[in-house]
Amino acid sequence: MRNRSRSLILLAAASLALVACTEGGDGAGPPGGVPGGGQQAAQPASYPRNETLFTSGTQWGPPVSWNPIATQNYATGTIGFVYETLFLYDPQTDKYEPWLAESGNWTSDTTYEVKLRDGVNWTDGKPLTADDVVFTAELGKMKSVPYSNLWNYLQKAEATDPRTVKFTFGAQPSYQQWANWVYFNAIVPKHLWQGRSEQDVTAGANDKPVGTGPYLYQTHDQDRMVWVKNDNWWGKQKLNLDPKPKYIVDIVNSSNEAALGLLLQGGIDLSNNFLPGISTLVRGGYKLETYFPEAPYMLSANTTWLVMNTKKAPMNNAAFRRALANSIDINKIVNGVYGQIVKPASPTGLLPIWDKYIDQAVVDELGFSFDTNRAKSILAEGGFRDTNGDGLVENTDGSPIELTLAVPTGWTDWMEAIRTIAEGAKAAGINIKTEFPAQTQVEDMRESGSFDMILNNERQIDNTPWTYYDYVFRLPIQQQQTTVNFGRYENQQAWDLVNQLDKTKVDDVAGMKAVTSQLQRIQLTEMPLIPLWYNGLWAQYSNAVWTNWPSAKDNAPKHLPTTWRGYMQRGAIKMLSDLKPAPPAK
Amino acid sequence: MRRYFARKLLIYVLTFFVAVTINWMIPRLVPGDPIQGMVARAGAQTPEAAAAIRAQYTEWFGLDVPLLEQYLRFWADLLGGDLGVSMWLFPASVRSVILTALPYTLGLLLPAILLSWWAGNKFGAYAARRKVLDNAALPIWYVLTATPYMWLAILLLWSLGIVANVFPTAGGYGFLVVPTWSLDFVGNLALHWFLPFASLFLVAFGGWAIGMRNLIIYELEADYSHYLQALGAPSRLVRRYAFRNAMLPQVTGLALQLGVIIGGAVVTEIVFSYPGLGYITLKAIESGDYFLLQGVFLFIVVGVLVANFIVDVVYVLVDPRTRTGVGGGRA
Repeated sequence: MRNRSRSLILLAAASLALVACTEGGDGAGPPGGVPGGGQQAAQPASYPRNETLFTSGTQWGPPVSWNPIATQNYATGTIGFVYETLFLYDPQTDKYEPWLAESGNWTSDTTYEVKLRDGVNWTDGKPLTADDVVFTAELGKMKSVPYSNLWNYLQKAEATDPRTVKFTFGAQPSYQQWANWVYFNAIVPKHLWQGRSEQDVTAGANDKPVGTGPYLYQTHDQDRMVWVKNDNWWGKQKLNLDPKPKYIVDIVNSSNEAALGLLLQGGIDLSNNFLPGISTLVRGGYKLETYFPEAPYMLSANTTWLVMNTKKAPMNNAAFRRALANSIDINKIVNGVYGQIVKPASPTGLLPIWDKYIDQAVVDELGFSFDTNRAKSILAEGGFRDTNGDGLVENTDGSPIELTLAVPTGWTDWMEAIRTIAEGAKAAGINIKTEFPAQTQVEDMRESGSFDMILNNERQIDNTPWTYYDYVFRLPIQQQQTTVNFGRYENQQAWDLVNQLDKTKVDDVAGMKAVTSQLQRIQLTEMPLIPLWYNGLWAQYSNAVWTNWPSAKDNAPKHLPTTWRGYMQRGAIKMLSDLKPAPPAK
Repeated sequence: MRRYFARKLLIYVLTFFVAVTINWMIPRLVPGDPIQGMVARAGAQTPEAAAAIRAQYTEWFGLDVPLLEQYLRFWADLLGGDLGVSMWLFPASVRSVILTALPYTLGLLLPAILLSWWAGNKFGAYAARRKVLDNAALPIWYVLTATPYMWLAILLLWSLGIVANVFPTAGGYGFLVVPTWSLDFVGNLALHWFLPFASLFLVAFGGWAIGMRNLIIYELEADYSHYLQALGAPSRLVRRYAFRNAMLPQVTGLALQLGVIIGGAVVTEIVFSYPGLGYITLKAIESGDYFLLQGVFLFIVVGVLVANFIVDVVYVLVDPRTRTGVGGGRA
């Protein structure tokens, strides 16, 4: 009896598990489709380590979408490995590089002509034609396609011959935004995409991706995404580029710590995770490398800003905002919180690649730096006084100031950083409390405008500082601010200048500088948001299997070492061709 | 007997209805709008595009209709076997997300819970009142059980994974391996499974063993044991009776464990980067993914109910007293 009952329980539970497993097998086994239009390589029993590149740091959940239109959601490498763009923009050289396009030129002030390369095929065998490009641009007529704003300034896209597309714009085209569009957005095949509903286009999983790129879909699972090299890739001949890894396995992250463990074991070749202690490991003989061998170790990818809600007192007062900027001990954050893997931001907030657009005279005159006494005197001049003698200033109407600075819980570096900011503010007499709500709540507050202060770093390194000024100044203010100007700062003059910048040609650097100089003057006097530090393009690589990684060293490749979404078309794809197999261990 | 199970079944159906309703409600009471996160992730470049995307998602998820209608639709879909679409893992369906993850979670937790229960009970019963074992072995399990699980898991990972390099530190199977029905693949699967399994087993084993030991000691002090001993029954027989009596609370404990299986998976899956439902549940909570949470909760509710039902049946089998009660028979 005793034995029978026990085995019964075990049996019952086991059969339950079995049922669940078999069901799981049906729904979840290796996807049955033959992506890549039948070109998929035969399935090997395992991938040879010396032909496989392991990456991590992009995918934080199981891969579920291969849709290049859903730009923040697609499986690592969908744009870059499979779908390709007309141009690449390399921030390291500030050059646009023809990719699917052979050339692109403004034939007049309002027409732009793209000439496609000859002999580029989709992986199902059909050739890439001008119709595909026109079709992709016209997808933007659907309102929920991320680049639907294209049709605010574009009037017509037409294929004048199978390899030529003519784009016609209204008067004063948005040159800067257009330059952004042609390099950032991937071209999709018309013959497979036409007839798809708007929902399918913007949100479909597109689980059989057919592109033109150097890799093909191999398989995926909850914890990985596997790509296999496309041996017929056009770039081998036309660009003389040959990606070295036969397989790319992108590992889904559960935590940065797990990625670190794998990296140390040689189970990841390129990690784009944020690993705060990496500076010690790089110097500690672990065969690990970062772009710079010493501080700041990483290239800069984006600026972290302190966003203040300018609709609320006292953040509606420019003097207060400037005082706060002067109260922040940014070096303490850079050294203490980050171990020097980030750099303090320029007072303009512009990334190092945009140095040439910074008007140093304006910065010298109006810039800020950590100086508690100066912060105090700006507060005093602005009418903020400590009327009740508690060491903290009050509003100009005498009411006490109590502000909340919020970052998502679990973002440990930001949590530490805002503690430092609050300390610095307190020393200057500003009362700031820190708060760590869930990420969705922070997003909620940010979009509805119910926050006092938050940190944000959404705009990435890009082809034009316009994207940053758009982020700072965009008008009109909406009920929900979803992507830009979270602080709801209103300045029509500044927004007009941003639009003027947009309509300046990209090669007219002097014209752009004339506008950015004026914008910097407004920004530094008004301080709508405070630039803090440049977040790194987190990248650490192991030299165990692959070498010749991008590096600041002489003779090393200089491409951006990352698999992050949106970076392949910023030149990162070329990193794969530079890699060399490591010499066999002795 | 029939009336007993009919009554049980009715209770289960009611519980299911209430629990699922609560599951539907809770995510919606949590502050924060999941659509906002989705819009942010959609990568709209202008406010107009963002507004269009928001409208599309709101309609897609049916969040633009009154709550009552949402609730009725939810039941209609559920009964039709449709769990909806995940928001965090958009556009994957909740069904496919859960079914992909489930084999890993069950494959890890069921053996860990069942084996630790079985072995722990055996060992606890054996160790009770045996000086050497009681004094030497059990303290180790006390320490293991009292250890924060997280810490133990990290320690195992660090020592056996990273330092000794015997076991892999991440993944459900080797990242170089292609899933096939071969011995190599199964071996690889087992290798990755072992550390997470061992960590769960060790902690749970101690708990069961200690519980069983205490129960046995209690039973050995009971009158019937003393009486048996006085009659001159061999100690083996006395212990066997004690064991059978001590089993009953342990069976109840097992049912509870089986029910809350998912909760136990979260930390394990994160520390060992092991695929499964735990990590997915955590992310679903973080991103306020109503539909995925509903799906996972549904699975938990069904799990608890099924486990309870099995225990009800098992009780009837193992405990003569219940059997008499159920049968309404003569004492």
